[in-house]
Amino acid sequence: MTTEPSAPPRQPTLRLRDPRHRVHPRAILWWTVRSAVFWVVVALVQVAFLVFADQPPGWLTTTLIITGVVGVLQMAVEPQWRYRVHHWEATPDAVFTRSGWIRQEWRVAPVSRIQTVDTKRGLLEQLFGLATVTVTTASAAGPVEIAGLGQADAARLVDELTATTQATAGDAT
Amino acid sequence: MSTETETVASSPVDVPEPEWRRLEARTVLVRPFNEFIGFIPLLIGAIALGQHNDQKIWYGLGVITLLIARGVLHWATTRYRITDEQVEIRHGLINRQRMTTRRERIRTVEATAKFGHRLFGVTSVRIGTGQHEHKGHRPVRLDAVTTAEADRLRRVLLQRNDIAVADPTSPAEPPAGVVLAKLDWRWLKYAPLTLSGLFAAAAILGVVWRSVNELDINVSRVGLMRSGVRWFEHASAGAVIAAVTLVAVVLIVFGSTLIYVLKYSGYELTREPDDTLHVRRGLLTTSAVTIEEARLRGVEIREPLLLRAGRGARCLAVATGLAHRSESHLLMPPGPAVEAHRVASRALRLTDGTSPTQVRLARHSAKALRRRLVRAVGSGLVVVLLLWLASVALGWPVWLWQVACVLPVLGVPLGWNRYRNLGHALTPRYLVSRSGSLERRTVALQRTGIIGWQVRRTFFQRRAGLITLTASTSAGRGAYHVFDITTSDGLRLADEAVPGLLTPFLVED
Repeated sequence: MTTEPSAPPRQPTLRLRDPRHRVHPRAILWWTVRSAVFWVVVALVQVAFLVFADQPPGWLTTTLIITGVVGVLQMAVEPQWRYRVHHWEATPDAVFTRSGWIRQEWRVAPVSRIQTVDTKRGLLEQLFGLATVTVTTASAAGPVEIAGLGQADAARLVDELTATTQATAGDAT
Repeated sequence: MSTETETVASSPVDVPEPEWRRLEARTVLVRPFNEFIGFIPLLIGAIALGQHNDQKIWYGLGVITLLIARGVLHWATTRYRITDEQVEIRHGLINRQRMTTRRERIRTVEATAKFGHRLFGVTSVRIGTGQHEHKGHRPVRLDAVTTAEADRLRRVLLQRNDIAVADPTSPAEPPAGVVLAKLDWRWLKYAPLTLSGLFAAAAILGVVWRSVNELDINVSRVGLMRSGVRWFEHASAGAVIAAVTLVAVVLIVFGSTLIYVLKYSGYELTREPDDTLHVRRGLLTTSAVTIEEARLRGVEIREPLLLRAGRGARCLAVATGLAHRSESHLLMPPGPAVEAHRVASRALRLTDGTSPTQVRLARHSAKALRRRLVRAVGSGLVVVLLLWLASVALGWPVWLWQVACVLPVLGVPLGWNRYRNLGHALTPRYLVSRSGSLERRTVALQRTGIIGWQVRRTFFQRRAGLITLTASTSAGRGAYHVFDITTSDGLRLADEAVPGLLTPFLVED
């Protein structure tokens, strides 16, 4: 923001900074296992065909190999990449998140527009002691989700948001 | 009826707890009747052609009996009441449900009367709240009440305590609203430019085909069809194509005009004295939508390709609490684009007559053009490639991929047009965004109605330095996009549109 009158009227380039906090490191493990489950199921279906079908098509072996290679690659890359991308932050005014890997997304929701704050724990998440915090607003565009938080962090975040949300008036639409 | 209106209007404080009301008793017959109309072509066919199949008729009668039973049950178990605080609806026999909606959360009231409803003088009322209708979030609907009761509900439900009540001496006839727009029959020439004719033609063919099928009519026995088939067998390819095109064009023009008349005759947009917008339309099925103005978050101008070519457009409301499948958010049916913009500006109470949907939009960068072209041409190429592979590996006919070669070529003007239509602007009160080619959409979204931002970036967008900026809102589709805007411009746009929200998260490079 230069104020010199002689400066050309060029505006500075803006970018979004990362939200302050990372998700829990165990989330890497969680994402890996989640992918593993998916790929094992995909592979098992093909194996079942290979074993039980009378005359399994020849290309099934090829797709099985491809499944294996893609699966291993994805499991090696995605969780690490996600961990680098996923960030979150809650200020008194807004919730700010970044998520995704190949396709990334930043979301900002003002605290004054928050309608509900929920915690949810899937089976795998419970296994790793993680939780997902879902913050909904009146928009149909979908809630702001912070996945892979440590359970203590999640509980603290929910308390904090609930407190600030209640302090703000209005019907959040 | 009029006395009740008066009591509610004059002193809401002293009114005793209101009674539970039932739906109108005539409702019992309406739904079966509406369903029955669907059977009429079948019955006519059966009687006229004398080919009735007893089993099918019994089956049909059975279905109608069940429908009547359901109607009776629905009527007998439904009660509703309106207290000062809320609207309560109870229904269900075994699975009892009680729906409560706070009156201050009501944003829209929509009265729809299908042909059957009209015949019995009743109307179905849908009450829209700020809640979005996810799965399991049932809309609050009263199907059906008398037309007079529907009118009373509309007025009472959207009445706020702080708004002056209409003159109590004539509660039966409230002061008329200001007419903002009315149907001009010259707009009918835009009807064929909407694609509704295609659907109409398809529907007509569908009904004919179904009737023929259901009634086991042997097509070759009908003389006209036989001579038609014979002509087809002997005519040249050119004549066949010409004949088919002609028939299709006639069907589409006829169908779309018919649909336009059915849907939009009697169209009128008014502003009522209680600060609501009121849209009335429909010939057989009538619809009256009331939108609380304070909840109008913007307007949208839609110009599908054909309509755009004829300088036509539709105008829609971006409002909370409207069903989005149907056209309940319609502010103006297909008509001249100039008029659509004028309606938009009037609906938004802009006195200078220029709508934010008409402002000069900032073009997006050349990288956005490249992305549009790559995507339009690329998807065509993928189709060609797949068809070519199929012809080599699976023995699909070769002409398939050869014909498909047109697609990537068409992709060039499509991509170019999609780029030309990309644009955004910020006015003192609205964020304006335009996109789309096959259907161009220009949205003017109230800046104060934006309740959050999403910034999305795919792998390729990242390389091009672009983002897709999405404004969340409680109204309309809930998310409005600005596609492929330069990262810095997009963030600045968002930061200026809603001051302060994004600022703490921005850094300068």
